[in-house]
Amino acid sequence: MLEMSGISKKFPGVIALDSVQFAVGRGEVVALVGENGAGKSTLMKILAGIYVPDAGTIRLDGKPVLIHSPRNSAELGISTIHQELEVIDTLDVAANVFLGREPLWGGPLRLVDRKKIHSEARQVLVRVGLDISPDLPLRELSTAQKQLVEIARALSQNARLLIMDEPTSSLTLSETERLIQVVADLRSNGVSVVYISHRLQEIERLADRVVVLRDGRNAGELRRGDISHNRMVQLMVGRDLKTFYAESASTLGPVRVELRELRTARYPAHAVSLSIQAGEILGLAGLIGAGRSELAQALFGVDRPRGGEIVLDGAVIDLPSPKDAILRGIYLVPEDRRNSGLLTGMSVRENITLPNLSEFSSAGWIRRADEAASAQKSCTELKIKTASVETKAGSLSGGNQQKVVLAKWLSLKPRVILFDEPTRGIDVGAKAEIYQLMRRLAAEGVAILMISSDMEEILGNSDRVAVMHEGRLTGILQRSDCTEEAIMSLAVA
Amino acid sequence: MRKELGILTLLAVLCVLVAALNPQFLSSANIQNTSRLIGTYGIFSIGVGIVIITGGIDLSVGSMFALLGVLLSLMLTQWHWPPLFAVAVVLVIGSFLGGLHGLLITRVGLQPFLVTLCGLLLYRGLARYIAADVVQGFGAGTGFEWLRDFTTGSVWRIPMPFVLMVVVAAIMWVVLHRSVYGRYLFAVGRNEEAARYSGINSRRVIASAYVISGFLAAVAAILLSFYTNSVSPSSHGNFYELYAIAAAVLGGCSLRGGEGSILGIVAGTALLQVLRNLVNLLDIPSSLDFAVMGAVILIGVIADQVLRSKK
Repeated sequence: MLEMSGISKKFPGVIALDSVQFAVGRGEVVALVGENGAGKSTLMKILAGIYVPDAGTIRLDGKPVLIHSPRNSAELGISTIHQELEVIDTLDVAANVFLGREPLWGGPLRLVDRKKIHSEARQVLVRVGLDISPDLPLRELSTAQKQLVEIARALSQNARLLIMDEPTSSLTLSETERLIQVVADLRSNGVSVVYISHRLQEIERLADRVVVLRDGRNAGELRRGDISHNRMVQLMVGRDLKTFYAESASTLGPVRVELRELRTARYPAHAVSLSIQAGEILGLAGLIGAGRSELAQALFGVDRPRGGEIVLDGAVIDLPSPKDAILRGIYLVPEDRRNSGLLTGMSVRENITLPNLSEFSSAGWIRRADEAASAQKSCTELKIKTASVETKAGSLSGGNQQKVVLAKWLSLKPRVILFDEPTRGIDVGAKAEIYQLMRRLAAEGVAILMISSDMEEILGNSDRVAVMHEGRLTGILQRSDCTEEAIMSLAVA
Repeated sequence: MRKELGILTLLAVLCVLVAALNPQFLSSANIQNTSRLIGTYGIFSIGVGIVIITGGIDLSVGSMFALLGVLLSLMLTQWHWPPLFAVAVVLVIGSFLGGLHGLLITRVGLQPFLVTLCGLLLYRGLARYIAADVVQGFGAGTGFEWLRDFTTGSVWRIPMPFVLMVVVAAIMWVVLHRSVYGRYLFAVGRNEEAARYSGINSRRVIASAYVISGFLAAVAAILLSFYTNSVSPSSHGNFYELYAIAAAVLGGCSLRGGEGSILGIVAGTALLQVLRNLVNLLDIPSSLDFAVMGAVILIGVIADQVLRSKK
C-alpha cells in the first residue's frame, strides 16, 4: 500500500536519512526499530508531513504522492499517535475525537453539532474496545485510555495507515496487552500499522515484518519467521555487543555517595535509599516519570529534597544550589542537553570553561590565551569534532555536544557524576566513546549514576542496576542478575 | 563585531550626509552640544544595555531621572547639603532602586517588564508629589558652583558628560568583555538554566545588572538635571528609557538576551543623537522628531533581519 524509496534527509551537520527504503502492505503491522537517532522519527515525520524529504519518492497505492503538510498527510489516510499524546485534557472524549473537524449545524452561525459527534464518537470508541461515555472529560482517563481515544480519532478520520511511536512506553503490562489486542484487531480490519518500539518482546509477538534502521540507513529486514530478539539487536547495533561496552573494573572503592531516605518534591511520600561506591557505575532504570531525574536533580542541588540526607564520603552535605554540588565534585550531565546542559549560542570554548573560569582568571580578568588553550586541550582529549573552539556549541552534532558537556566537568575534579540519558539522540560511534569514557572515569574512582531508558545501555554498562517505579525504589539487581525481563518487571511493578 | 561595524558605518554615512547638507553640523558649538548629549545618554544606555544582555529590561530610568533630579535640587537648594554628600546620596538611591528591582525579579520571580514598569509609574508619581508638581531649579548655584561647573564643563573642549561616558564605557567594556562576571552576564542571558547548571549564581548575577543600571541612571540623572538646569517633575526624563532600549537594540543587543556589546550600545546612542540633530539642522519640523527616529530604527532592524536570514 505504501512504498517509500530512496528517501534522504539532511539536517545541518547530520545526514538523518540516507536513501532509505520502506514499505507497508495493506493490513500489515511493520515494526520499525533502531537505536535512538537511527532515523526512525525522521522517517515517520516525513510520512506525517512535518518534514519534506530532500530526495526519494513516496507511493501510495502505486501513485506517487507529495506529503507537504500534516493536513495533507491526514487527507491521505495517514495518522500518527505520538509518544506525547496530543489530546486536550479539559475537553470531553467526543470533542477530542472530532477536534478540528467538528460537524456543524445552524448555517452561518457555525455551531457544533454535539448530538452527531457524541453518537459517532460512541461508535468509533467501540472499535478500539473502549467502553466509556463520550461525555467524560479527558483528564479523568488513564494514559492508556487517552491513547485509545487518539486511535479512535485516527479511525474516525478513516486512517488507513496508523503510525504508533512508542505506544507502550508509559503503559502498565495489562494495558500493553490490551493495546496489542487492539492493534491485532485493526490489522484484521485492513488497517496498516507502523509500530515503533524499543520493547522487542512486543515486536516479536505483534509484527509481521521488522525493518531495522541504523545511522539513517536500512540495516536489514526480518520476515515473520525470522523475528527474534537477538537478530533485531544484532542488526540495530551492527557490531558485537561485547566490544561496544567497556569492561567493568573489578575493584570497587569505599562508598562514595549515599542517599538516606531521600524524598523528592515530586514524590514526597516515597523515601529512596541507595549508595554508590567509588569506581562503580550504578544504572538507574525505570519508565518515564518514575522519579529518576528528580533524584539526580536533588543530588545536584537543583531541587531541595523534602527529607532525608545526602552523604558524600561519610559526611552529610546540604546542597542548596548546583554551585554547591559543583564545589563538592558532584556533576550532572542533564537529560535536556540543549536547554540545561549547553549554552547553544555560545562558543565551545565558553561552554567548556564556564564552571571553571576562576582557573583562567586573575582578579576577575580572564586570561584568554590560557582559556583557549585549555578548551583546545579538552577538545583534543575527548575527540570533539568541531571546526574550532570558537564554533557555536549548538551547531555541533548531538554526540559532540554531549562531549562538550562532559568536557566542562572533566577539567574539574569529579567525585560523583550523574548521567541522565547520556546518549539520547547520539550516533552509535559517539555512544561507544561516551561509554568508554564513563568506564575510564569509574576506573579513576569516580562514582557514576547513570539514568537511562535504553535497556541495552543499562545492561551493557552497569555494575548494579537500581529500578524505580512511580517514585519508589523497587529493587537493586547485581550485574549477574540483570536481564531485560528482571528489570522490566521491577519497572512496571 | 559585524553588527558594530554595520552601525558605525551607518553613523559615518549619516554624519557625512548631514554635514554635506548643512555645514552647521560641523560647527564647534553643534559638535560640543551633540557630544554632551551622547555622553549623558550613553551612560544610562550602557546600564540598560547590560540589563538587556541578561535577558531583562529596565523601563524605570526615565522616571528615575525625574525623582533623582527633584531630590538633588531639594538637597542642594533647600536643605543646603554639602554637594559631594548630595551626589553620593543620589548615587546610593539609584543603586538601591536598581537593587530593589533585581530582588523583586530574582527572589519574588516577577517579570522584569512589570517590575520596572511599576518603577516607571511609581518614581514619576513620587517625583511629582515631592516637588508638589512645581518645576525645581538650581537657582544661582550658590554653594555648589563647582559641581555645576564640573558637570556642565569641558576638558580640553570635550564636554564632561562625554568624558565620563568614555570612562564608564572603558570600565564596562573590561567588565563585560574581559571579566568572569561579564561572561556570566552573557551566560545567564543566553540560558539561565544552563548557566545555573554550570554553577553560576544566576540570581545574584541578574540582580547585580539592575544595580549597575540604577547606578548609571543616577550618574546620568545628575548630569541631565544640570544640563537642563531645571527639573519639571511631570516631563523631565519622559521616554528616556526608550532611547536607551533603542540604542541598545540598534547597537546589536538582542531583547532575548545574551547578545550585545559596549561599543554597539555607544554607537547606537550616537546614532540616535545624530538623528535628532539632523531633524534640527535640516529644518524638518521638530514634531517629526520621533517619527524620524522610529523610521530609522525600523529600517535598521529590518535590514539586519533580512541580512541575517540571507546568511
